Amino acid sequence: MDYSLRKKLGLALYIVFLFIPIYWLVIMSFKGTEEILGGLTLWPQSFTFDNYHTIFTDSTWYMGYVNSMIYVSMNMAITLVVALPAAYAFSRYRFIGDSHLFFWLLSNRMAPPAVFLLPFFQLYSSVGLFDTHIAVALAHCLFTVPLAVWILEGFMSGVPREVDETAYIDGYSFPKFFLRIFLPMIRSGIGVTAFFCFMFSWVELLFARTLTSVDAKPIAAIMTRTVGAAGIDWGLLAAAGVLTIIPGILVIWFVRNHVAKGFALGRV
Amino acid sequence: MQRKVRDNKAWFLVLPVFILVAFSAIVPIMTVVNYSVQDIFDQNTAYFVGAEWYREMLRNPALLDSLGRQFFFSFSVLAIEVPLGILIALVMPTKGRMAAVSLILVAIPLLIPWNVVGTIWQIFSRADIGLFGYAVNAVGIDYNYTSDPTAAWLTVLLMDVWHWTPLIALLCYSGLRAIPEAFYQAARIDRASKWAIFRHIQLPRLKSVLVIGVLLRFMDSFMIYTEPFVLTGGGPGNSTTFLSQALTQMAIGQFDIGPAAAFSLIYYLIVLLVCYAFFTAINQLDKAK
Amino acid sequence: MNWMAWTGVTATFFSVIGCILIFMTILEIKSPSLEKKGFLPIATTRGDKLFISLISAAYIHLGFLAFVDTVLWVALCISLFWSAVVFRWG
Repeated sequence: MDYSLRKKLGLALYIVFLFIPIYWLVIMSFKGTEEILGGLTLWPQSFTFDNYHTIFTDSTWYMGYVNSMIYVSMNMAITLVVALPAAYAFSRYRFIGDSHLFFWLLSNRMAPPAVFLLPFFQLYSSVGLFDTHIAVALAHCLFTVPLAVWILEGFMSGVPREVDETAYIDGYSFPKFFLRIFLPMIRSGIGVTAFFCFMFSWVELLFARTLTSVDAKPIAAIMTRTVGAAGIDWGLLAAAGVLTIIPGILVIWFVRNHVAKGFALGRV
Repeated sequence: MQRKVRDNKAWFLVLPVFILVAFSAIVPIMTVVNYSVQDIFDQNTAYFVGAEWYREMLRNPALLDSLGRQFFFSFSVLAIEVPLGILIALVMPTKGRMAAVSLILVAIPLLIPWNVVGTIWQIFSRADIGLFGYAVNAVGIDYNYTSDPTAAWLTVLLMDVWHWTPLIALLCYSGLRAIPEAFYQAARIDRASKWAIFRHIQLPRLKSVLVIGVLLRFMDSFMIYTEPFVLTGGGPGNSTTFLSQALTQMAIGQFDIGPAAAFSLIYYLIVLLVCYAFFTAINQLDKAK
Repeated sequence: MNWMAWTGVTATFFSVIGCILIFMTILEIKSPSLEKKGFLPIATTRGDKLFISLISAAYIHLGFLAFVDTVLWVALCISLFWSAVVFRWG
């Protein structure tokens, strides 16, 4: 067989492998409970929107999505604001303890969450942030910030130093240079970073669940409600799952060009 | 590699990051260290026990078992995901519309919340309502992950491969894109075989992204919690009770915070050492460039 | 701060670590250290040596807890000796 055809076939097979489970989830969300438990059907016999209807009419359900969106956006904003200057420092200067600082930042990702959740809960309660969106956003910074610094540093190292020097000679101050010249040059890097922040904050459940109770409860925690006395409501669970995938697809669609370009630039 | 200027004023640029991360990192870890040397009954009743919990944990066969299981799982995950990820990266189209489309399609599993990943696989592989479980049974293999430990373990592994191979693939894809076209042209002139190109041009260039990928995958698979928790709840028996879950059961289920804290610190030290080795390797590679 | 469950021993432990870090920072400002290649497989600065000493001290203590029943002072002495070796020849 032709080599490039074989390549395409391999990729197609892999993508099918990725999508069969998702297909099953989507199909499940359009089925009624009797049909799910009644037997295996590859396509819903009686197509129903009931599951989605339940979610969109019950505020405890859809507020979960709103809450998740709020803290994810906050996290993205905070992470980018603090990580951009830091990444610039790492890419341009050597300073005391730089590599150790970097490793320390990274090492926070390695702590096993299980036991750290308790002090986390108490820390955020003691500063009065429990059950707020900002608490979850700050907690997620623990792992999004190091990653953002790492990714951005890679992009910034790709911009030659001469650019900085020329700008300073032309009389730009540091903030002006950074915002007007430097940031536009690493646009793709910022896109890729935002994508990764979104990814890690959106998919995280443990911190989000521990630090919230009512007002800021994320959708992922609300989903556990589908386990009732009468067993699990599979259709509703599937519908909620489908709705959590959609924001991810939208985000990656918006940043697709940046991501492709970002990947082309090398370090991610 | 550009020469960096030595200037300690750069600390001012890093300070916000430092403060932000320190707030969420230092206090909890200190607290866990404090827990680990005490026998805690409630807020006000705690007894100092010194290193007793550490001694007990290090000699506890059940925990050492789950540690062993964890290592075995992490290595299995890496052994499957790394070669598969490289392979996917090699077959992904490089130019045009298809490149962006396949990039997006491959990335989708990474954007699904972890508990939903668990849910997806639960729905997909249950023997009664799942397509996968039903199909496997239909071919004549007895498969029920809720009762058979081996099946449960394999299902968790398959789920992890499904979930995380895209990360390795994307990282490798970015590594491959960074190879200048001239390298391939030179290889074409030499009439190098596909394998030779891979072995001598692509693989060496992939080294640094692969180290990053292996590092991320090791860290995350070593702390895997949410997905198996949703999928199997750690069972049947203890077959899919990974470290994080054993710890959670101890800390929250039995309220043995002291021992759980001691064990999480041991666990943290293990991950720290492995990651330090990787991190040093990355730095050495950067320097070698 | 009651929930942090402080004890005298851990407070001392963290103070010592904190002091070492401050001391190392001041030393680094006064006389920046250069990377040197010793018996360790990589070229290390003073900070790297500190990190290696601390993490090996942790492992030495854990090893003692796991396999030996003696008091931990022995482990502490070995760790200090090892740190001295790392700083001198590492």
